[in-house]
Amino acid sequence: MAVYSTNEFKSGLKIMLDNDPCAIIDNEFVKPGKGQAFNRVKIRNLKTGRVIERTFKSGESLEGADVIDMDMQYLYNDGEFRHFMVQDTFEQYQADSKTVGDAAQWLKDQDPCIVTLWNDSPLAVTPANFVELAIIETDPGVRGDTSGGGGKPAKLETGAVVRVPLFVQQGEVIKVDTRTGEYISRVKE
Amino acid sequence: MQGDWQPTCSLAMLRLRAQMLQQIREFFAERQVLEVETPLLGQAIGTDPQLQFFSTQYGLPSHEQRLFLQTSPEFAMKRLLAAGSGSIYQICKAFRNGEAGRFHNPEFTLLEWYRLDFDLQQLMDEVEALLQLLLQAMPLTACQRISYQAVFYQHTGLDALVFSLDAYRDFAIAKGLPEAVDICGENHAIWLDFLFSHCVQPMFTGNTLTMVFAYPACQSSLARTNVDNTLVTERVELFINGVELGNGYHELTDAVEQNRRFDAELTQRQQWQLPVAEKDQRLLAALQSGLPNCSGIAIGIDRLLMLLSASPAIDEVLSFPVHRA
Repeated sequence: MAVYSTNEFKSGLKIMLDNDPCAIIDNEFVKPGKGQAFNRVKIRNLKTGRVIERTFKSGESLEGADVIDMDMQYLYNDGEFRHFMVQDTFEQYQADSKTVGDAAQWLKDQDPCIVTLWNDSPLAVTPANFVELAIIETDPGVRGDTSGGGGKPAKLETGAVVRVPLFVQQGEVIKVDTRTGEYISRVKE
Repeated sequence: MQGDWQPTCSLAMLRLRAQMLQQIREFFAERQVLEVETPLLGQAIGTDPQLQFFSTQYGLPSHEQRLFLQTSPEFAMKRLLAAGSGSIYQICKAFRNGEAGRFHNPEFTLLEWYRLDFDLQQLMDEVEALLQLLLQAMPLTACQRISYQAVFYQHTGLDALVFSLDAYRDFAIAKGLPEAVDICGENHAIWLDFLFSHCVQPMFTGNTLTMVFAYPACQSSLARTNVDNTLVTERVELFINGVELGNGYHELTDAVEQNRRFDAELTQRQQWQLPVAEKDQRLLAALQSGLPNCSGIAIGIDRLLMLLSASPAIDEVLSFPVHRA
């Protein structure tokens, strides 16, 4: 794997730190006019999602991490693992619930998603930014309300709970932004 | 590349810069400080192992030699002082290789000036007056002067003048900065750079000018050693809102001591396998002939503009930063 020096650190670069794959978020050059130069780097641990700050002596280097984001299709959940497939090659990958994490609540069979691979093993799963899911449970709306002010909780087919306007009914399909967990609109069948 | 021909700063910023340069010239004209120019391209270069230089090849037949873009106009200005110029100032470009970031561009604008018979306190008085003027629109809310030892103790509880690896290490670990232990090793100066830039400098907030003086002897650079306390030197640094703005000295006039520091720095460069620097023999000759008692300081104009305009990055005050130059 390639080795990267602090002056090559830029947002998105994947490196190995303390034996974990990490992504650079921000890199600030810190240098007293007369003195040692440092790089104060903000780093996300791709295994845990935790963001840390670490200082390096300028010119120090780190090993790159073999991490790639792959477009895949979510296939099914066998109870222990969730299965994904690269649509071009039909290559399949399985990921445990710890790896899938919060993405699980948005994953519907056949839906596209991004699987992050580290040394060819799933490291994280990112659902599509927008998903369309059916409401399986919500209180009946108040008659005549069309404004959407206030709202109520609605449980979706994948298990996620989102706030929806009062006029949205059980059985309807809605569009949700998975990055914020917010209701966007109803989807006309 | 398409939009790359355009400046990264606004047109209003060009005017703000022009206005600042004019104010500086008026300020010094009123005080009868002479504006001078010195070469950007020189045969010698500062030996400071923490400053990396650009060098280039001079191509005049039979005069071929390596020339250096100056990391500061200091040496040439001191030669003018030794030649009897009286108090002088200069606004010029300075070049530092490999420095780029939110507060750094490898080519930047310096205001540097020297005052005959000024001690550090008098120099700080003048700095205060100048910055009050230039940052009128900000404005500066207060000015404070504090010794390095006092401000370091205030924010770390550590003694900056007496190195204790155990105490420094325990503090860094408690602060969540364990990487300092490997980076700094047993080097007192690097420990001070690390802890000061991480734990002290960010505390200078609130539009206040902080002038930190009496730097530890291991960070003396070109300042003279204090006559009463040899642990500290007559050096001052300026900070506003966590940004380092300038660096000044009650200037070292002793040619022998200057030569000793040059040699120490050249040895350090060799140990760190840095490019060979050319010691400035003409500066040493000037010091031997006699540099008048003076204090001098350099202030980064680009960073002043950043503060004045609340710009988060130096690119916003430069017409063409290095990636568009």
